[in-house]
Amino acid sequence: MTAAITVDGLEVIFDRFRALKGVSLEVRSGESFGLVGESGSGKSTLLRAIAGLAPVASGSITVNGKTLGARRDKAFYREVQMVFQDPYGSLHPRQTVDRLLQEPLAIHGFADGEKRIERALDEVGLGNGFRFRYAHQLSGGQRQRVAIARALILEPAILLLDEPTSALDASVQAEVLNLLEEVRRRRKLTFLMVSHDLAIITHMCERLMVMQSGEAVENLTAAQLVAHRVTEDYTRNLLRASDGFVRA
Amino acid sequence: MSAEAIQSRRDWLLSERPASRMQARLGRAYVAWRRFSANRLAFVGLLIIIALLVIAALAGVLAPYSPTFGDLKNARLLAPSSGHWFGTDDLGRDILSRILYGSRWTLYVVILVAIIAAPIGLLVGTVAGYAGGWTDAILMRITDVFLAFPKLVLALALVAALGPGIENAVLAIAITSWPPYARIARAETLTVRNSDYIKAVQLMGASPFRIVLRHIMPLCISSLIIRVTLDMAGIILIAAGLGFLGLGAQPPLPEWGTMIASGRRFILDQWWVAGAPGFAILIVSLGFNLLGDGLRDALDPRSGDQ
Amino acid sequence: MSDTLLDVDDLRVDFPTRTGLVRAVRGVSFTLGRERLGIVGESGSGKSQTGRAIMGLTPPQARISAKKLAFDGIDLLGISPRQRRALRGNRIAMILQDPKYSLDPVMSIGRQIVETLRTHEKVSKAEARERALAMLEAVQIRDPKRVFDLHPHEVSGGMGQRAMIAMMLIAGPEMMIADEPTSALDVTVQLDVLGILDKLVSDRGMGLIFISHDLRLVSSFCDRVIVMYAGKVVEQLKASELGQAQHPYTRGLLNCMPRIGFERHPLPVLDRKPEWAA
Repeated sequence: MTAAITVDGLEVIFDRFRALKGVSLEVRSGESFGLVGESGSGKSTLLRAIAGLAPVASGSITVNGKTLGARRDKAFYREVQMVFQDPYGSLHPRQTVDRLLQEPLAIHGFADGEKRIERALDEVGLGNGFRFRYAHQLSGGQRQRVAIARALILEPAILLLDEPTSALDASVQAEVLNLLEEVRRRRKLTFLMVSHDLAIITHMCERLMVMQSGEAVENLTAAQLVAHRVTEDYTRNLLRASDGFVRA
Repeated sequence: MSAEAIQSRRDWLLSERPASRMQARLGRAYVAWRRFSANRLAFVGLLIIIALLVIAALAGVLAPYSPTFGDLKNARLLAPSSGHWFGTDDLGRDILSRILYGSRWTLYVVILVAIIAAPIGLLVGTVAGYAGGWTDAILMRITDVFLAFPKLVLALALVAALGPGIENAVLAIAITSWPPYARIARAETLTVRNSDYIKAVQLMGASPFRIVLRHIMPLCISSLIIRVTLDMAGIILIAAGLGFLGLGAQPPLPEWGTMIASGRRFILDQWWVAGAPGFAILIVSLGFNLLGDGLRDALDPRSGDQ
Repeated sequence: MSDTLLDVDDLRVDFPTRTGLVRAVRGVSFTLGRERLGIVGESGSGKSQTGRAIMGLTPPQARISAKKLAFDGIDLLGISPRQRRALRGNRIAMILQDPKYSLDPVMSIGRQIVETLRTHEKVSKAEARERALAMLEAVQIRDPKRVFDLHPHEVSGGMGQRAMIAMMLIAGPEMMIADEPTSALDVTVQLDVLGILDKLVSDRGMGLIFISHDLRLVSSFCDRVIVMYAGKVVEQLKASELGQAQHPYTRGLLNCMPRIGFERHPLPVLDRKPEWAA
């Protein structure tokens, strides 16, 4: 299998703060890869660096064989799209769903906009009734569906997911996770998913990387994690914590 | 229209599931209108401004006399009466007619200033806020230079250089009033620049120009409209001030500020000559202020989304 | 003294809005002894409004009614706002989700704890300081003397939440309401904070109401769980018997979470029935 994303020795510095300290990573084409860690581990920064939203100090990022420079071209955004964590912050407050979905089509000059919008809304299970609503007329789960539709409308091969369900209720989370799995199977997408929740990552991903304070702790397969075959203490701590509270 | 028809139209406007672009837009406007019209004083402000527009449009019909030619022989400085409601001035002209025609010049000044100053401020502010770095530093220092002078003094200097006249007065006021708008637009831009929805547009490959024009400017416009409306009163007063100093509209143009200036010689004995245009300025300024306050409540993006 | 600390019968919270009455809490009844009681529900279930109504922190435009809302025999709806304030902090305490918003940003943590203590008890400054330091130690802050002089923005989220707990517990309350006290914290820190809370509750014999969206966490921490949906209690059960939950909502909520070692693709989703909200 070929590599969809290769990250080598990536370093990201915000105002002298080293958010990523030389992280390397390889995501194979068609697989779902998870990044796990607590706040400040650099997992979201890594995702944003790949998307071109974080200042890269050194190291390289290669997507589908092309090494990326500081500026991304339009072709890159047709390959890679992203779904953000906060469904309340990722939709423009003054635009209808229709307008939100039209924007990427207009930028990339697609002609059959009407059809694509209808198809995209159908695909995320919203239907045409939602097309002319504003973000504030939608629930959190519906907003996240719109965000997924917006990411998919350019037909990318790689989807970056930044804690896509952490702001949602548990029952809505299940629906959104199912939707993501379904679109991945149907479109043969590559996922790179960030979460603080080990259970979600093992559910969604085949392989994962545990991160802590800007560094990689260890690389595991989901099967290894489920069998508790981990080598680092930090990962073990995370695993224990995900079992819930145990009275001493 | 029957009660049910009104109710069903209201339901259509407030629908949670608009069926077309048009319905979504009208629904949003209707919600803003409801919030606005719930505010009585703002409504009064709106009525004053509408009245001003109507008067300006129909001044030729409404005015009983000519605004520029008076009866010098028999009608100089007459007190208010049934023949001349607001009296006459030193050249025997009917003051009511002059005020009615003067509303055109007031509108002319206010609208032209708004059309020139607001877009300049919006453009400078959003570009500076979004670009950051050197662009921001340079644009904002220029803005600071303009802000450093008192508005009226700067306008005076400009008119003195350009020569007196109402067009130059408008230009001078416009040049002095854009900096605060740039400041507002920049502040607004800075708060939305790092939001996820702007990042999402960046991730679609949109050019910075497109992001500023189509995604950031619409968010700044409502606070700008509010500010411009609140500034209208100030603009009228500066225009009147320039007129009063003889640097704005030139006689015999019936501009309210110029009218006060020419009336000041008789202010103790024939108070109506300066008092009537002063009162007109007061009412219109009040109207714009009330309207601006109401718009602030109706359009405020922070309260307007839920 | 009876074993029942708090008696809630038919509590209702209504918010009049422009578009009509929003009924946030619709007839909630339960009692609390010296135990850990969990209230679980999703957003909009009314769980937080229930907690706030008990504390008396509901926004003024809301209407609260109840057949009975009594803390240790005191009718909470009948007493004056002043008496209520005296109860609050002294005998009833509340911890909120984010310590950043509940601590005063311009006052050092130690001073806030001392002030809290001195508003409820007549103690000397020196003694208050001693007790504040002891309290900081009790919430397992390693270097209490240093933290005492820090401001809220200078400490991490976990430390801030510990300081908040210390502040709330300094007056020795008999009942504590914790509204999502650990949701803003990392999982490992979350368990530390819960451990501290657990120890203090059992050592002091407090009654604790733990409000959370996380059914699994609540069931591992509390003795009893109340499940709320659309402003109503749909089920009350012992935490240990969660596996035998009867209501389809409770069962659905338990099932829909991914779990390590249980492969289910797709995840079972909750099929909301209108009669649950009836």
